[in-house]
Amino acid sequence: MIANYGYKDGSGEYYISIDTDKCIACTAGRTCLTACPKGMFEIITDDYDDEVAAVKQSFRRSLAFDCTGCKPAGGYSSLPCMTACTPGAIKHSW
Amino acid sequence: MADTAGEKKEYWRWQENCWIDETKDWRAAKIITAGIDVGSVSSQAVICADGELYGFNSMRTGNNSPDSAKNAISGVLEKSGMKLEDVHYVVGTGYGRVNVPFAHKAITEIACHARGANYMGGNAVRTILDMGGQDCKAIHCDEKGKVTNFLMNDKCAAGTGRGMEVISDLMQIPIAELGARSFDVDEEPNAVSSVCVVFAKSEALGLLKAGYSKNKVVAAYCQAMAERVVSLLERIGVEKEFFITGGIAKNPGVVKRIEKLLGIQAVQTQYDSQIAGALGAALFGYTLMQKQGAPAKAA
Repeated sequence: MIANYGYKDGSGEYYISIDTDKCIACTAGRTCLTACPKGMFEIITDDYDDEVAAVKQSFRRSLAFDCTGCKPAGGYSSLPCMTACTPGAIKHSW
Repeated sequence: MADTAGEKKEYWRWQENCWIDETKDWRAAKIITAGIDVGSVSSQAVICADGELYGFNSMRTGNNSPDSAKNAISGVLEKSGMKLEDVHYVVGTGYGRVNVPFAHKAITEIACHARGANYMGGNAVRTILDMGGQDCKAIHCDEKGKVTNFLMNDKCAAGTGRGMEVISDLMQIPIAELGARSFDVDEEPNAVSSVCVVFAKSEALGLLKAGYSKNKVVAAYCQAMAERVVSLLERIGVEKEFFITGGIAKNPGVVKRIEKLLGIQAVQTQYDSQIAGALGAALFGYTLMQKQGAPAKAA
């Protein structure tokens, strides 16, 4: 399942996508939890009883602001969450 | 409109609905499950007998989720002569899903809408658009109604049922008539440009002042709503068959414009589009009961 967390507003689309099929058998040791400087990820049991990563509810409406520090202007050349997720389950839409 | 005797008419107020299938006898069922969808605007209770829809109640959500859940299920229980103790398993869903006091389990409305749409529209349904009271969801599912892709937008009320209620009150047109009235125009207007329901409201007032008829303003708003949700759908892609759930599915002014923008027709259903989430929850309950074996009682 592709779970898209985020929103679209007048300024653009801000979604973090998590491919739960790649996430279920995480080979990266759930490093997304610690890689995000803001601690935006958590492990949840989804509706089909799979333990997968998700963006915390409190961040889902403010991704454009919360992720700014990790975008190129913030000094990163690649996003820490995507780099940590070696199975390639995490993607950003912007 | 006015008010006669100082009482303001509530144009936004939609028809609440309680129904049971008189042809079925719930006492003959081995497993009775209920789904309670406590949404931000409406609440539904659905009862399934052996995995088949038996009855439902759809009403406006109050200011207290537990009470809304109780009121929703009370209506259908009373109508059927059933007691809560007769229900073996209850699943809560929707915005207030964790506040359903008698639920055994809470499941997100995304999974429940997919499951409900699979029942209502058939197992060929692959794309679901849920136009809820205060959010909008685009969902892909497989032939069993299991979610394969989803996204939702709950950051603003534009493109939602609440947005339509605001326009209904502003135009002083009963909400059930908005769709038909939106087609009663000389020419199709451009969509209102704003993506925010508050600004759309001020833009609608501006159009009225510029000489637009009420119907034309409603048409512009329906077009804006259609364009907004189609852009949401396009992000995950639209695969046939396509199904719309939620209260806006009853508004042909929005539905026809969505179909025109997408170039495909939505699957028609005999069921009330607002019960999809609660129905899916009741069906989840049925599956869980089958796995667990022995019937329990409501919590």
